[in-house]
This record gives sequence, structure tokens and C-alpha cells, in this order.
Amino acid sequence: MSEGLVHLIQLLVSGVVTGGIYALVAMGFVVVYKATRVINFATGEFMMLGAFFAWTAMSAVQAPFVVALLAAVAASALLGMATERLVLRPLLGQRTISIIMVTIGLAAIFKGLAQIAWSGDYRSFPTIFPRSPIELGPILIPSRQFYPFLIALGAIVIVGLGFRFTRTGVAMRATADDQMAAFGMGIDIRRIFSLSWSLAAMTAAVAGIVVGIIGGISPQLGAIGLRTFPVVILGGLDSIGGALVGGVIIGVLENLAGGYIDPMLEGTSVKEVVPFVVLVVTLMVRPYGLFGTREVERL
Amino acid sequence: MLIGNYKESYDSDEAIFRTPATRAWMGAAAVAAILFPFVAGDYPLYMANLMLVLALAALGLNILIGFTGQISLGHAAFMGVGAYGTAVLASRFGLPFWISIPAGGALATGAGMVVGAPSLRIKGLYLAIATLSAQVIFEWVFTNWTSVTGGIRGLNVAPASIAGFRLDTDERMYFLILSVTVVHFLLASNLRRSRWGRAFVAVRDRDVAAEIVGVNLFRTKILAFMVSSYYAGIAGGLWVYFTKVVTPENFQLSLSIQFLAIVIVGGLGSIKGTVYGTIFMTLVPEMLKAGTGVARTFWPDAQSYLFPLRDVVFGLLIVVFLIFEPHGLAEIWNRIKRFFSLWPFKK
Repeated sequence: MSEGLVHLIQLLVSGVVTGGIYALVAMGFVVVYKATRVINFATGEFMMLGAFFAWTAMSAVQAPFVVALLAAVAASALLGMATERLVLRPLLGQRTISIIMVTIGLAAIFKGLAQIAWSGDYRSFPTIFPRSPIELGPILIPSRQFYPFLIALGAIVIVGLGFRFTRTGVAMRATADDQMAAFGMGIDIRRIFSLSWSLAAMTAAVAGIVVGIIGGISPQLGAIGLRTFPVVILGGLDSIGGALVGGVIIGVLENLAGGYIDPMLEGTSVKEVVPFVVLVVTLMVRPYGLFGTREVERL
Repeated sequence: MLIGNYKESYDSDEAIFRTPATRAWMGAAAVAAILFPFVAGDYPLYMANLMLVLALAALGLNILIGFTGQISLGHAAFMGVGAYGTAVLASRFGLPFWISIPAGGALATGAGMVVGAPSLRIKGLYLAIATLSAQVIFEWVFTNWTSVTGGIRGLNVAPASIAGFRLDTDERMYFLILSVTVVHFLLASNLRRSRWGRAFVAVRDRDVAAEIVGVNLFRTKILAFMVSSYYAGIAGGLWVYFTKVVTPENFQLSLSIQFLAIVIVGGLGSIKGTVYGTIFMTLVPEMLKAGTGVARTFWPDAQSYLFPLRDVVFGLLIVVFLIFEPHGLAEIWNRIKRFFSLWPFKK
């Protein structure tokens, strides 16, 4: 295989890995949006806290990785529930700007608290996975990308199946579809709201741990949450399948731009801005995204 | 005690300062504002300049969000466009400030028009995300268009001067910033009682109904975006001459969020609320700084908690105001005023 082709495949592979993480975060985002029509600007901070929970469990109590992962997910679920109950519920039915701002405020609180609890230093997880890279012919996948990607994939599959087949999943989908009808059928809407938030916090925690394994943890980890906006808008705000497709597309585009355009322009990083250019184009051409529900409104 | 406020002509009903008491207070505030630099120290003067610039930009955002009901997460980017426009004209072409600042404002107005254009098709959450991406893209341009913006190192600007008189101290800048800001606040008060201002409010309250009574939605929304970014641009231009340097770090998303916080804590749609919000949100970090300074005497580590604590308090203020006092400080102020205007005859 020629060197150029290997380079291309390498970029595609790391694009898919990044995309898998985006997809996982975007999924939590979509779950909350579907159920409660809230856009959560604190998603990145939920990721960061989840990563810190797992890191603390591993470094302070010497817990094995799986235990730490589960503990972090459980703690995040509680945090998500508490957030919904204490902050979001009093604002039900308020103007969009209030809802957006309250999640931005939450993000600031979480970031500050994390810095107080864990300081602003960079930390990394202890070695968890075998160090040798995975070889597929001439393509190398670094182990610290490959195994975390598997975790992300596993989480996506679990949440996806749960949404499709469990009783609670059906109830959540029913609520998203038509709140009044679901309520009339005896579904406890408030419980669904709180479950959606805890589910979103759980997926965010897994995503945070995955990102933490790949690139280390700090209170600034939450900045990556901003990059889920292009993903969810491209895929469609209320489509879980769209979150997956959007995640992979954005991840791949970002890496291709980083691999081919950045070296041509010295000192600039197109990689950072490409997802947002895609976002603007999506909003102009097809605001409801690839798979989102089209809301017909004429003015 | 003020029993009633009778109006006998349309003029008195439309006046900006409606009662003799308000006029007296405004007069006193004007005198205090003019005397301020002669009695205040360097640091309070610096803070006053900063607050005046921030208030001007925040007022622009309040016109957009509070009057017109459109969301923008990219206000800092417009301020940046104005600032860079001003800085480039001043440093490259040597234009005086009274040309470069309005030119920067005009540039920001143009940027606002472009970013606001999608507001006809998208609204609410989608508009928030569209303006967020505008913020990210502008930030990126400020950093990467090195030949014009100077990249990360930014641009340096010589002090403003007019007819040989150099505005090179904070004290002299104070009068420029004060007068520009006061004029723009009066303009905004006038805008609100004009046809356009009422159209803004109509669009905010119910866009469909506004369209039916003859408000052109597209033009109104675009105009709101233009006015809002014009204010931000002028504030950016003043900022340039005040700090003498512009770098991309000055106009990040965090500043946009700061403006949103000012508008929400101050009171959405309230002009005087913008002033209260700016003062409050600027002084709270200062008080925290003073607090940690005191705490350091018996707890040496206190200083390292200052920055995270600022984040926490900032977030808490937003959340608490939204949940418990959604109309902001302006409403608290009105309540206090009402209490005292009837005191002691009302329990």
C-alpha cells in the first residue's frame, strides 16, 4: 500500500474513534432534548466530573477499572437526577434563554467545584490496557485509542438497545413523542424527565472517562462538550441514530481537515473550526439535520 | 411621599425621566459621574472605565434579547469585530479615534447583519447554536488571520488624541467613554419608545401577531441584530483605546457568557437593569478578591481558591437569579422603591 493511502486510512480510523466519542456524548444530549426540550450546555462538565469520579476511585481507593467505571456512572446518575430536580424543574416552561443560561450557569459551577476539589492540574489515568498498538496490516491503532473506543461503542449499544427494548425505554420514547398521550397512558412524566437527565449524565460520564484515558483529565476537559453541538445539529436534535451518524461524520471531517489542510497553512488549526462551519451550513440548508423531525412553521 | 403621577400631555407621558424626583436623581448622578475621576484613585477609575465599556456592550445585548427576544451567544465576537476594525484603522492607517471607533461600529453592524440573517428561518435553541458557531468562527479568524489581526500577539494602538490633546490617561479616557456610553444609553431609551422599539417588543411577545399587525419580521429582527452588534462594536472600539492592545483572548465565549449573565442578573429588557447588572457582576469578583485577601491572613491557601470560587459564584448567581428572581435586579430595585414610596402607610 502506498504511503498516502496509509495516511488516509490512519486519518479515517482516528476520525472514527473521535466520532464514536462524539456520538456517545451526543446521545446523552439527544435523550435530554427529546424528553425535556432542554439543550444542555453543561454536557462537557458532566463528562469532566464523570472522569474525575473514576480517577478518584482508581487513585484513592485503588479500585479496579471496571469498578471505578461503574461507580463513576452511578455517581453521575445521581448528579444528573439532582440537577434535574433542583435546577431544571423549577424552570419548566420558561423562555428558551432562561433554560440555556441555567445550564451555562451549571457548567460554571461544576467547573469551579472541580477545580476546588481536584485542583487545576493535569492528571492521567493509571495504565489500564495493554500498551501494544493494534495492527491491521500496515494500519496502526494506538491502544489508548482502540480500547476506549470499544468502551464508547459498548455504551452506545447498551443505551441504544435499552431505549429500543426495555419498558423504561419505551416509556421515554413515548414521552418524547407525545407528552400528553404518554401521561394519559399512565407514564409518570416527572420520573421520565429525571431518568433522562440521569441517563444523559451517565453517557457523559462514560464519554468523559474515554476522553480522559485518551488525553488526560483536567477541569478544562469540559471544553469538548461544545463540539457536540455540530454533531447533534447535523444528525438532528431529536434523533439518536442521527447522533451516531453525525458523530462519525464530524469526527472524520475534523481529522481529514487536520491531516490535509493544516500542514498546508502554517500555524493555523482548521481542525478546530471545521465542525462549526459544517454546523452553519447545516443550519442554513437543513436546520432540522439529517434525521431530525422537520418542524413545519411558516411566518 | 409620592401619591400619584398624573400626566396631562402626551409629552409628559412619553418622557424618559418622568417624575421630578427621577430628574433630580439623574442630575445628581451626572454631577457625581463628572466629579468621580477627581476624587477616585487609580484602581476605582480603571474599574469605572471597564464597567462603562461593559455596560455599553451589555446594553446592545439587552436590546437583542430583552427587547426583541432573539438569543445571541456571540456578542463578544461582535465586540471583537468592532475592536479589531478600530485597531486596524488606527494602527495601520493612522486614523483618529473619532473616525476609527464609528468605523469599527459600522463593521460590527455589518457582521451582525450577516449573523442575524438566519434568524428569519431559525429561532430559539437553533439561533442560540447558530450564534455560538459565529462566536467560535470569529474567534478563530481573530487568532488565525495573522496578517490583519496580528494573531495571538494582537495589535497595539497609540492613545487617542484630538487636536493635539492626547487621551493617554485613564482619567482622560474616562470622559470619552462616559460621554459615548451615556449618549448611547439615551439613544436606547429613545429607541424603545419609537416605532422600531415597539416593533422589537411586539416580535418578542408574539412574532406571528406582530407580523399580522404589520411589523415586517425579517427587517425588525435584522435591525435588532444590527443595533445590538453596533453597540458591541462601539464598546469594542472604546476598549481598544482604553487598554491600548487587542488580542483574541479578549473576546472569547466566556465574555459572551458574561454579557448574558449581566443582562439576566440586571433584568431582561430593562435599560437601567443593564447598569445594575454590570456594576453587580463586576463588583462581585472584586469582593471575592478582597474576601480571599482577608482570609489569607489566617489561611494561606485561600488565594489559590479565588479563581474557581469566582466560577462557582458566577454560576450560582445565574442559576439563583433565573429560579428566584427572573426579572433581575431592576425588579428588586422597583420593589424597594415601591415599598418606600408608600412607607409608612403600607405594611
